[in-house]
Amino acid sequence: MTEDSAERVDALLRPVARWTPRFWALMIALGSIVAWGAFAYSVQLREGLVVTGMRDTVLWGLYISNFVFFIGISHVGALMSAILRLSKAEWRRPVTRMAEAITVCSLFVGASMPIIDLGRPERLLNVFIYGRIQSAILWDFLSISTYLVGSLLFFYLFLIPDLAICRDRLTAVGRFRRWLYRTLSLGWTGTADQKHRLERSMGVLTILILPIAISVHTVVSWIFAMTLRAGWDSTIFGPYFVAGALFSGVASVLMAMALFTHFYRLERWITPTHFRNLALLLLALDIVYIYFTLNEYLTVSYKSEGAEAPLLAALYGGPYAGVFWAVQIGGLLIPAFLLSLRRTRTTLGIVIAATLVNATMWLKRYLIVVSTLATPQMPTGWGSYWPTWVEWSITAAAFAGFVLLFALVSRVVPIVSIWETEETSAVGGRPVEEPVRGEVPG
Amino acid sequence: MTSASQRRMGRRDFVSLTVKGAGAVGFAIVGGKFLVERLGGIPPDVRTQTADPRAWVMVIDLDRCDGCGVCTTACRNTHDVPDGQEWIKIYEVNEPDGAHYFLPRPCMHCDNAPCVAVCPVNATFRRDDGLVLIDQNRCIGCRYCMAACPYDARYFNWDGPLELTPQEQAVYSPEYPGTHRRGTVEKCVFCAHRVDEGSLPACVEACPMRAIFFGDAREDAVSNGSEVWRLSEVLRDRGGFRFKEELGTKPRVFYLPPEADG
Repeated sequence: MTEDSAERVDALLRPVARWTPRFWALMIALGSIVAWGAFAYSVQLREGLVVTGMRDTVLWGLYISNFVFFIGISHVGALMSAILRLSKAEWRRPVTRMAEAITVCSLFVGASMPIIDLGRPERLLNVFIYGRIQSAILWDFLSISTYLVGSLLFFYLFLIPDLAICRDRLTAVGRFRRWLYRTLSLGWTGTADQKHRLERSMGVLTILILPIAISVHTVVSWIFAMTLRAGWDSTIFGPYFVAGALFSGVASVLMAMALFTHFYRLERWITPTHFRNLALLLLALDIVYIYFTLNEYLTVSYKSEGAEAPLLAALYGGPYAGVFWAVQIGGLLIPAFLLSLRRTRTTLGIVIAATLVNATMWLKRYLIVVSTLATPQMPTGWGSYWPTWVEWSITAAAFAGFVLLFALVSRVVPIVSIWETEETSAVGGRPVEEPVRGEVPG
Repeated sequence: MTSASQRRMGRRDFVSLTVKGAGAVGFAIVGGKFLVERLGGIPPDVRTQTADPRAWVMVIDLDRCDGCGVCTTACRNTHDVPDGQEWIKIYEVNEPDGAHYFLPRPCMHCDNAPCVAVCPVNATFRRDDGLVLIDQNRCIGCRYCMAACPYDARYFNWDGPLELTPQEQAVYSPEYPGTHRRGTVEKCVFCAHRVDEGSLPACVEACPMRAIFFGDAREDAVSNGSEVWRLSEVLRDRGGFRFKEELGTKPRVFYLPPEADG
């Protein structure tokens, strides 16, 4: 190993090698929020769902909104990362691990949400004992669990050479982590045969993960689209949700890139080129999402059939108008401008756009769940819903738990892949020139 | 020895592997089905079987209903319905043309029930005689059935005890959900426990306006306890309709419209 690459490996391993007091402080702060959320859930288990703001009309609320949001951002690992890998976009190398880690962390958080929403969580096994394949909830169980296993494997396979580096280099860390690196690196030494096997597995998984990921958010949307409710009864919900998932997922990667670059001093690997390239991807997805939104609302508004009319009136100018326009203007139009204009497409402008996108995509999910359920479908008034402290606490814990998991992952394995950013990648025998130069025009 | 790049999986290999994989899965499904059938088949769901072949229907005469709510009270007394739930709920309707009437809404017991379709655990099921019931011993409380119901007919037990006492559990059945526990969904069951014994549902018997009729569509007859109507005739002569017919849920509750002068 040359002098230069040894220095490089050390720099990428620094956050893993030494856990700073600031990191511990972050863990304690996030851990406290998660503990508070666990307490709120214990209250809910003891008293029942009566402690939430949900009632017989608006019968789903924050938990299901969070579920759609977190499952949504989980798509970035598979879709963005796999597509960039398959299209051999060389600039992807320092950012794919982040995307794959987001997938794993957000899937755990997202999948827990519908279970927290259950009236009888202790009967969850009934889904396996009495499962009916006709129910969209069963499709969700199958696709999300498949995706969880698939994305864990996807994350893990690309990690093996780096785990071996950790095993060889990090001899000063605790006994547990030494055991972890030794076990999980599966005796990787980088022989030609090992590389061949790894590459073959990666090739298969990179392709397989794509349809699995698309199926996941499609069936999440089908939970809604399989009903006769105004606002949910839509044929484009599948692709609409997949586009939204990738949209908020790429925004999440951009936010993670900004934070990690700042705190772990990764400027050498994650350059303004990466921000620009992903910003263009975000812009493209923004335009796709605007297209779907126009498609969905124009076709329904034009006809204003039945219960759709009052729902649209509530969204455009009624009680939900504030949130609705915040999503359209703050989440779609302003980011589109920030990302299109060369003057605002700076790293700061991009991070602002990504933050706006993620905040409003959460609001969008809330709107999808709540406004439809509140729409009267019998001769009666509008349903009302305001989340209680229990729901807010569990929601805060979900976000804190996601950040906690993500930060922990970045302290156990290098968050920028070491072996994939080597100046010459020996895998497959293809030399990699200019590992961070963009192929997409900046 | 071939180099690593030559041995990489090509597109042809991948397509071939996918086709072989799909074939294997298909074979496993067909083979598994054959085995299950040979070994006696999947046992039929005994919950859906009824002693007599029946096709229960309800007819509500909106011209007679004065919205007094006695049916709701009778239902509450029969099933000890929890507070906040109205298994037969009276809606007051003011049409834009000035028409004013009351619309009692029990469970519609749809033949093409959206709630039965979406239930992930088969807790809600449709009996052969058309009654849609819920097994509260099995319901996991996901409330997807409530999201799917176009008639707001289903209610959730947001609070209350988690488990029944042994005595309560002994009398509980999906036909008689007179005992209630938290975290499960409930609704009108057309008084299945009374109907199975040859009685009319509680709301039918209680209605002081004699506006609710119940009967077997196979016999083409419905009764409110004092009158018997021929179902096909009254639906034709009075312009009977089903609520939200356009959704294709095929409800078992028919309404007779209020007379214009009423």
